[in-house]
Amino acid sequence: MNSNFPEGGLKIRPENRAVVASSKSWRGSPTGDRVTLTLGVCALATAALTTWLGLFVTPPDQVQGQLVRLIYVHPAVATMCYAGFVLCALASLAYLWPRTRSRRWDRLAVAAAEVGVVFCVLTLVTGSIWGRPTWGVWWTWDPRLTLTALLCAVFIGYLALRRTGGDPDALAKRSAVVAVICVVLVPIDHEATTWWASLHQTSTLFRANPLIHGEQLYTMLLSFVAFGLGFAWLVMHRYRLEVLEDRFGEEGYGLAIKERRAEGGRRVGTQPVSHQGEIAT
Amino acid sequence: MWRDAALVGAKDLRIEYRSRVATTQVAPYAVLVLVLFGFAFDQNHTLLSKVAAGLFWVAVLLSSLLTVQRSCAIESADGARDALRLSGLDPAGIFLGKTLAIMAQLFVLELVLGIGVVVLFGIELRDPALLFCSCVAATVGLAAAGTLYGMIASGLKVRETLLPLLVLPVVAPVLLGATQTWMAALGTASAGTDGWKWLSLVGGFAVIYVAAGTLAFSILVEES
Repeated sequence: MNSNFPEGGLKIRPENRAVVASSKSWRGSPTGDRVTLTLGVCALATAALTTWLGLFVTPPDQVQGQLVRLIYVHPAVATMCYAGFVLCALASLAYLWPRTRSRRWDRLAVAAAEVGVVFCVLTLVTGSIWGRPTWGVWWTWDPRLTLTALLCAVFIGYLALRRTGGDPDALAKRSAVVAVICVVLVPIDHEATTWWASLHQTSTLFRANPLIHGEQLYTMLLSFVAFGLGFAWLVMHRYRLEVLEDRFGEEGYGLAIKERRAEGGRRVGTQPVSHQGEIAT
Repeated sequence: MWRDAALVGAKDLRIEYRSRVATTQVAPYAVLVLVLFGFAFDQNHTLLSKVAAGLFWVAVLLSSLLTVQRSCAIESADGARDALRLSGLDPAGIFLGKTLAIMAQLFVLELVLGIGVVVLFGIELRDPALLFCSCVAATVGLAAAGTLYGMIASGLKVRETLLPLLVLPVVAPVLLGATQTWMAALGTASAGTDGWKWLSLVGGFAVIYVAAGTLAFSILVEES
């Protein structure tokens, strides 16, 4: 049973393996294909190039010294966090709009939110690591920091709501409403450094006259490409996992009955019998 | 819409008046929270009067969760939610009615807690206009956000544990803004804090959530 399903890689729950193994469209990784493979390789390559440029080629900062190298990680990670939440809200809006309502948008919303939360936690962690040597503290109640923590908390709440189960359509609608309301925090968080007196610096890149130039600028832009590709890779895999979960919900019960019957057949020394037609439940 | 709101609001308040849950459980709980803060800060009056504004709003926030849960519980029992849906009332009216009922209860609660902080923490009320306006704005915000999220969590098996997780981070701006406004009004804020500016944050939050609830409630009421 499930002999063609590789061990390692993406972890699938034992009860879902029957669905995964029964699929003929995926070979090897249950959620991967050529597009994600290419995307993953490109993400790794650009990340490696960013690391090399960021650590060995670009010069240290006059004021911050070696610490400035975090600029090749932290802003890109934070942008991907925003991208995840905005994508989740847009997909939720598309789901709520009756003309475009489709399970696809709901799957995209949950995939983007989950990846967004991962990047949000990474933003808080990398920011904290940067804050300790520059500000002297791991955490301070600055508007930007507080709002980012709040953003993380509201989307953790969103993910908790998604795990409550029940009718998928009702859950999708409730979650979509929450996502659309919560995303209001994203522009407030982004503008926090200009609206309030903040310890956090204002935008380095997204302004008429960027504050960095030359190889530092190119490395920073490359970091956005690297994390952007990584973000897209993660969202695609997570989306397909959601497709598998849906398929498990639809077919899993029938397959489970089929497997049990096959086991029963083996136990008494007879060949498993085909139970086609009994799967439809 | 407003007629429906008045009907639903009056119905909720009538149930509360008859069941006495708000007066016999929620209000004593809120006062108990204040007393516990007193224990936690070791009856240090200087410190308590300094942080009284924050403690007051934390107590309001925690008690508002109980009020919201109570407001949702009366709809989920005995298939009342289906009855509400079949009644043909405007969903926006239902939202506004339930929000108004929670607001009325929170006003009474804030009055009790206000007396509590004056008596227990020894503070002086200096700017009544600012205090009153912040109470109104924060109450509208808390009630609207609470009603909206209460409806989102209603009918779920895990609603009791999910609701605080959903609501508390969302209403954090109310806690922040209302506390700063109160500190400005009580004279315990740091120099340069403009209470009215913070009040506008709380007011903005209230407007956003009333608008969001009015628009989104039809989706939530009709969904299942």
